[in-house]
Amino acid sequence: MNLNKILKNAFLVVMFGLIVTACATKKSVKTTDSTTSTTTTSAETQKADPIEKLDALMQGDVYVGSDTVGELASGVPDRVFFATNEIILTTASRETLRKQAAWLRQNSDVTVVVEGHADERGTREYNLALGERRANAAKDYLMTYGVSSDRIKVLSYGKERPVDSGSNPLSWSKNRRSVTVKAN
Amino acid sequence: MKKNLFLIFFICSILKPSISFSLVEIDITRGNLDPMPIAVSPFFTNEDSNIKIKNILNIDNLGFEISKVIENNLEKTGLFDAIDKEAFLQKPDIAHLKPRFEDWTLIKSQVLITGKVTSKIINNKDYINVEFKLWDVLGAKMVDGFSLTTTPRSWRRVGHKVSDKVYERLTGESGYFDTRIIYVSEEGPKTQRVKKLALMDQDGFNTKYITLGNELVLTPRFNPADDKIITYMSYFRNMPRVYIVNLQTGEQKVVGDFRGMTFAPRFSPDGKKLIMSLAKDGNSEIWVRDLETNIQEKLTDHPSIDTSPSYSPDGKFITFNSDRSGYQQIYVMKSDGSKVKRISFGKGIYGTPVWSPRGDLIAFTKLHKGKFFIGVMRTDGTGERLLTENFYQEAPSWSPNGRIIIFYRETKSDNDGQGFSAKLWSIDLTGYNERLVKTETDASDPSWSSLLGN
Repeated sequence: MNLNKILKNAFLVVMFGLIVTACATKKSVKTTDSTTSTTTTSAETQKADPIEKLDALMQGDVYVGSDTVGELASGVPDRVFFATNEIILTTASRETLRKQAAWLRQNSDVTVVVEGHADERGTREYNLALGERRANAAKDYLMTYGVSSDRIKVLSYGKERPVDSGSNPLSWSKNRRSVTVKAN
Repeated sequence: MKKNLFLIFFICSILKPSISFSLVEIDITRGNLDPMPIAVSPFFTNEDSNIKIKNILNIDNLGFEISKVIENNLEKTGLFDAIDKEAFLQKPDIAHLKPRFEDWTLIKSQVLITGKVTSKIINNKDYINVEFKLWDVLGAKMVDGFSLTTTPRSWRRVGHKVSDKVYERLTGESGYFDTRIIYVSEEGPKTQRVKKLALMDQDGFNTKYITLGNELVLTPRFNPADDKIITYMSYFRNMPRVYIVNLQTGEQKVVGDFRGMTFAPRFSPDGKKLIMSLAKDGNSEIWVRDLETNIQEKLTDHPSIDTSPSYSPDGKFITFNSDRSGYQQIYVMKSDGSKVKRISFGKGIYGTPVWSPRGDLIAFTKLHKGKFFIGVMRTDGTGERLLTENFYQEAPSWSPNGRIIIFYRETKSDNDGQGFSAKLWSIDLTGYNERLVKTETDASDPSWSSLLGN
């Protein structure tokens, strides 16, 4: 019994300690109702390492170069690129997807998988969802240009399959992509 | 899966401790800068037992090895400082019977752990019996102890059970040593990473690989109510889906019949439900599936990304992250999906909320100004405290006593992809005692089990 009492007291001391340290912590952050304060930071906007000729290869932070770009068919690029945390298709992306749609309309027996990818600067699960949104953005556009939905599967890889293994803004921009791959 | 992965323990008797308890107690709510000196005597094994055990396990001195397991566990808490065994004046067998306390005081030990290992044969099968005693050196008294019999191969677990007992006795908190960690083992270049499910003891020993690496696997998580059951996500046949695996039988099944990708699974505290995300047509929502009735239900309804759900330990609430405000933030809702409320309002974006097993805190990942943080906040979003900052880290998982958070950290790679690594780390809730958790390969997505059952 005596032992129990002592243990109980020890527990109270520990609990009290918890409360005190919780209150005394230095790192506590003031909460704010402002959502605008978060808009300047995003998963993929780190610009710690300036890369030479970056401007020529990126517009904003969307990759516009041709490195890594393959072909779905002759003269038809296989991929489009996205801005950080975005699923919006750029003018160049839409042009690429219209070429893909035209080719798919001509080759009506072909089915495709649109793979959606994110860069490494986000949490794994969120990036899986983001990749799925990007792949669907591309799929929806292909459908708008006459490719039926049963010919297009989507598959998100999140950040699991980067094409460029660097940890810098240019590498990340190449990895934020959707790739249209022949499935048959 | 090998059947002997989980072995049976028999706790035979609790050695009766003397009543008074004069040990110095340890306050584990602060970073401990002055660890308590502790002496772990090699557990005594007589000649006969030693020979038998060596034949079975090929270990020369099992009693010594068990004492090393205990020492290693206790030292890694940062709360204890194990005294070099070279300094011990008393032999293990005598010390276990009745320590000469002045000998242990002389080497500045406040606490002494002794033990004895004996081989046994029950029904023609080999067992070991391990006796352990915890002594208060200053108070010159035995304060705790037990005796248990188990199969020789689970000898490390004996060391973990002793460690748990000592930790509980000296801190007043429940232990976390007799536990396992399931994680994703990673190998190969960044662009072609091969990932396997791996299971190991909390201290990094007894690693077993659950999958072969043929398909991408992610985010394994223990069932908190049954340490033999896990859930994870697999790209088997290029169909990313959530699975449940019985580690004991190897039986595996896909969860539900969804058109679309299921991911981010977690069990409810009672293990009877599974929450996860379903991504379909460009929208991710959170779903719950009752594993007994197989009824599944959508909990969120919003065109944004809703994912990374985690139950409160009473099962009444779910925390998750959503970008419905424009960027990833943390929300709490009732477990039926009602009363959704945003709780993170600090600068930066917030993800991977995980409810503490104590119920009072939510651990999270935060990205702010290009750095990743692991932190905790109260369940209403107040009292945010950042524990560690790095280039990239995420996926916190709580120790079962809610004192430690394990997570993974990736290093930056150069333009050729060199320099990249993924490792498991742990940090105390205090923000102190950050440690690399050793794994055989690179590792990510750790999940900490509850204290193991039999």
